[in-house]
Amino acid sequence: MAETISMPKLGFDMAEGTLVRWVKNEGENVNKGDVLAEIETDKATVEVESSASGVVRKLLVEEGSVVPIGEPIAIVGSADEKIDDAPTKVVEPKTEKKTDEQGGVELKTEKEERSETKEEKPASQSQAVTAPVAQTEEPVEEGPVKASPLAKKVARDNKVDLARVQGTGPGGRVVRKDVEAALSGKTTDRGPQTMAPPTVSRPPSGEDETIQLTKLRQAIARRMTESTTSVPHFYVTHEYKMDALMAMRKQANDFLPDNEKISVNDFIIKAVALALREFPNLNASFAGDKVIRHGAVNVGIAVAVEGGLLTVVNRNTDQQSLRFISADVKRMVAGAREGKVKPDDIQGSTFSISNMGMFDVENFAAIINPPEAGILAVGSAREVPVVENGEVKVGWRMKATISVDHRVSDGAEAARFMQKLAEFLENPVRMLV
Amino acid sequence: MAKITMREAISQAIMEEMDRDPAVFILGEEVGVWGGTYAVTKGFYDKYGPDRIKDTPIAENAIIGAAIGAAMVGQRPIAELMTINFAFSAMDYIVNQAPKLHYMFGGQFQVPMVIRAVGGGGRQLGATHSQTPDAIFAHFPGLKVVSPGTPEDAKGLLKSAIRSNDPILFIEHATMYQVRGEVPDGEYLIPIGKSKVQREGKDITIVTYSKGLELSMKAADELTKEGIEVEVVDLRTLRPLDMEPVLESFKKTNRAVLVEEGWKSYGVGSEVASRIYEEAFDYVDAPIIRIAQKEVPLPYNRALEQAALPQVPDIVAAVKEVLK
Repeated sequence: MAETISMPKLGFDMAEGTLVRWVKNEGENVNKGDVLAEIETDKATVEVESSASGVVRKLLVEEGSVVPIGEPIAIVGSADEKIDDAPTKVVEPKTEKKTDEQGGVELKTEKEERSETKEEKPASQSQAVTAPVAQTEEPVEEGPVKASPLAKKVARDNKVDLARVQGTGPGGRVVRKDVEAALSGKTTDRGPQTMAPPTVSRPPSGEDETIQLTKLRQAIARRMTESTTSVPHFYVTHEYKMDALMAMRKQANDFLPDNEKISVNDFIIKAVALALREFPNLNASFAGDKVIRHGAVNVGIAVAVEGGLLTVVNRNTDQQSLRFISADVKRMVAGAREGKVKPDDIQGSTFSISNMGMFDVENFAAIINPPEAGILAVGSAREVPVVENGEVKVGWRMKATISVDHRVSDGAEAARFMQKLAEFLENPVRMLV
Repeated sequence: MAKITMREAISQAIMEEMDRDPAVFILGEEVGVWGGTYAVTKGFYDKYGPDRIKDTPIAENAIIGAAIGAAMVGQRPIAELMTINFAFSAMDYIVNQAPKLHYMFGGQFQVPMVIRAVGGGGRQLGATHSQTPDAIFAHFPGLKVVSPGTPEDAKGLLKSAIRSNDPILFIEHATMYQVRGEVPDGEYLIPIGKSKVQREGKDITIVTYSKGLELSMKAADELTKEGIEVEVVDLRTLRPLDMEPVLESFKKTNRAVLVEEGWKSYGVGSEVASRIYEEAFDYVDAPIIRIAQKEVPLPYNRALEQAALPQVPDIVAAVKEVLK
């Protein structure tokens, strides 16, 4: 029985997603769980897995299409099965040209994007023709690619990305012969160097520059405004003695290969999760006339990415080993920085941590990631003069500030939580037993 | 095949049908003794006599009204309007009575009437006598509107019109009576409601009719010299509009220029363009351009009149624009 794969809802405020790339083509075999496509949401480019096994019978939307959640995007079935001859849904690519500039690859640096495009080219040539790129130095225009309906149809039928076709019609409009020229490969020998996006020249000093917000930036702007205007925050700062933890970390890492070293942050994640287990009111969400205390402790970790930040989520953190947490977070952070995360990686957190320790930050306060009730902002662990038993000594200290939704909790509870956290961070062996 | 004028072709058609069917008769201003303002019915009065060739008062509503009445009781009148501009005096009969009688009286009556009307500008007849209001009449369901561009089509279509049981407005262009063209020997009919490819080409489609056909064929000749092969589709009938050859041609060329003599706004070209966009959107490779009369009452002054009317260079330029 053929199964229709729909645009998944990948976030609570997601209304639509852009289908950035089909990973599987029509006719290819696919197993349940295989990555079918890459979709760009408000937050990130995520991989969509097939919910069925079989053969990809039909791709219902074009790359670059903006698809409302729940709309069918593909049909997976058996090879000889008769499927409804659903007409290919043509969702007008909203900003095809823009996608390259700031959409689908927004989480990558320009350099990464370039190298990746190059790498992908030979592989994709067998399935889809890569049309020559417009070699224009002009700023990319807003709005859809100018192309005649016929050019669009020919491009669609032959899977040519119109944004990469040089238009020769009036005003640079792409017409049929341009697509056909691209198809016949007349200009393909221009080679990968033509794939390089035009270099962005800096405007002369003194001139204002207008930067269009990326989807990610828009989402951050919206969410943070929503948080600061609707969630009454209060902040509690605590200083932690990190000597034991630093020593234990060194000891543990001596046993671990380089790519598996456990970070200070991994310890903090684990400690926070264990503390939250004892403070269910902070592992919660405010919901009008009630508070929802979450059954699972899923710790979100803010990751700085190109042009913004994402929160990746480690699930059931309180029950995971340090080593697993470390590996899981490493994987997700790498994915986020490459602009490829799975939906599960960025949703469902119940409490977040923002760690700026690596930037030599003593202390800061974070904005709560709704609908969570709190977020922990972590500064650098640093060696400082400390007074112990009336003597000045050198010790490792780290400051952290919790921001809490005052509708859910109060200062005293937050302060006790920070003390509880100290029990774990200052006696890290407690995390292991 | 004989090469005859449009006037002769129309004249032959009427005569053949009058000889064939005694129910066919003519009424209009100066159609009898004078032989018609454009000499189409010259000699008819002597041949058929005053019973079948009726000179009427200068009262268009009376001409059409009488024709409708005669048609309802079994005659086959050919009512001639000296110019289509006078049709406005008989508007109620033309658009409100003739097309609706069959429908409103449950099929009890038919109106097998042909209104021959002379339309078009270019003869310095002034703003009120030079109009090309074809689209207005093509707007009304129930009224068939035919307007030929060649003698062959004129003869075959008019004979079909006379034999049709529906009211038909047959519009002849004032400047085309002397146009010569080959006409098949012997009797033939051309069905109403069929467009025709008058010239084959692969680069662009011109859709036109009547005077526009003459201009478009000349433009196509000029464009050939530059290596542009134009396909010319002649609508011949404005209602019912046969889009099939148009769409077929457009799907081949993907580009079109629409040529008509009437004003551009709400015109025949607008209708054709809309149909193309609706029915062949995925084949559109360039915007469709309409060539039509400037949006002014047609001037009397010859130079100004010619400037306001669509001309061959306008079509040539439009074709090049669309092919850019």
